[in-house]
Amino acid sequence: MIELIFPAIISCIIAFFVVYLTTPPLIKILVKNNYTVKDMNKKENVMVARPGGISIILGIVVSEIVLYGFIQLNEILAIIITTTAAFVIGYVDDRKVMGGWFKPVTLAIAALPIILLGAYDSDLAFPLFGDVQIPLLYLGLIIFMIPITGNTINSIDVLNGVATGFMVIASFTLSICLFILQNYEIAIVSLPLGFVSLAFYKYHKIPSKIFPGDSGALTFGAMYGAIAIIGGVEIIAAIALLPAVINSFLFLSSVKRVVEHRQIKNPTMLTSDFKLKTTDEKTAPITLVRLILAGGPLTEKQVGFAIFKLAIFSGILAIITAFMMGVSL
Amino acid sequence: MSSGLYGFLFAMWSLIIIGGGIMVILLGPFTIQQFGDFHWILASGIKVIIALVLVVIWILILSKLKNYIFKKELKF
Repeated sequence: MIELIFPAIISCIIAFFVVYLTTPPLIKILVKNNYTVKDMNKKENVMVARPGGISIILGIVVSEIVLYGFIQLNEILAIIITTTAAFVIGYVDDRKVMGGWFKPVTLAIAALPIILLGAYDSDLAFPLFGDVQIPLLYLGLIIFMIPITGNTINSIDVLNGVATGFMVIASFTLSICLFILQNYEIAIVSLPLGFVSLAFYKYHKIPSKIFPGDSGALTFGAMYGAIAIIGGVEIIAAIALLPAVINSFLFLSSVKRVVEHRQIKNPTMLTSDFKLKTTDEKTAPITLVRLILAGGPLTEKQVGFAIFKLAIFSGILAIITAFMMGVSL
Repeated sequence: MSSGLYGFLFAMWSLIIIGGGIMVILLGPFTIQQFGDFHWILASGIKVIIALVLVVIWILILSKLKNYIFKKELKF
């Protein structure tokens, strides 16, 4: 454990500062080349640079390669390859509008390095009740996990700073849980995700200077899913992600099909004083934001903080679950 | 509204813990010995089917819970 402290500190510093220092020039380049999109929830015609996934993947890859220099684990290679593949998939979707099938199918393929490098354990661990060995089901779980986590984070990227702020809370929760379970190596491998999210949050928080885009959101989600599989903390990871899971669940149960967010009606609208309120459209999907707004109009910042509070609550539940892993009935 | 969302989160968490327990109790001791080298594939396949049924039941319960907790809010 002691010998891991130095690599951990170095990789965290690199993860944070690579994103912190490369994002401002990236914003300038994107704006200069007209890679901007309208911020839909602002009164003025605000254009925001996109995609920020480039600096996010740079921070993750550089910090994980440095970490690999200290600890040669196949698990680190699997995370780097899967996350980079997810970034490429997201980047293609940022540049060219792809069909609803594109991301789930290609993200499933992106999960293959985890299987091919043998960076998993087919035991599924549950709190209080112990493990269950399901080799065949587990392979399916790996294939499904990356598209699910990728699209779950992508679907919560609806307001300024929400996806990255949520990722900061969820990824640090996952790292804490891995430390509680004494899986120190994977806990250290997971730390750069939190620091990359934290650095990017500085530019993504309201008012956003840059959006992560699909490339950023899928990078976050794929790395989170890969860590969950490699660290054997799939259940804990799902619990820490529950508010985003609720969002996807509400969305899918109201739309009843896999569909791109840009293809559906916006579930929120702006009031005359530029607060968010739920739309009157009967056919618009039900989402987490729409439920939060059911009590009345709120500012974008208030909705963001409501989501962060939910993320902290589910993070606490995840940490309780990690402690429960050590208890057997 | 917030209390409803927190309640729904807590219900989801409880369902995961209980569902996990059922999965371990049902699937943990499940083995098949009569099919030579293929017994693990067959056992695994049956475990997959049981697990999928449990997941479907989990989603149905969650759907009912959602309608119950958010019955006022879902009347958009």
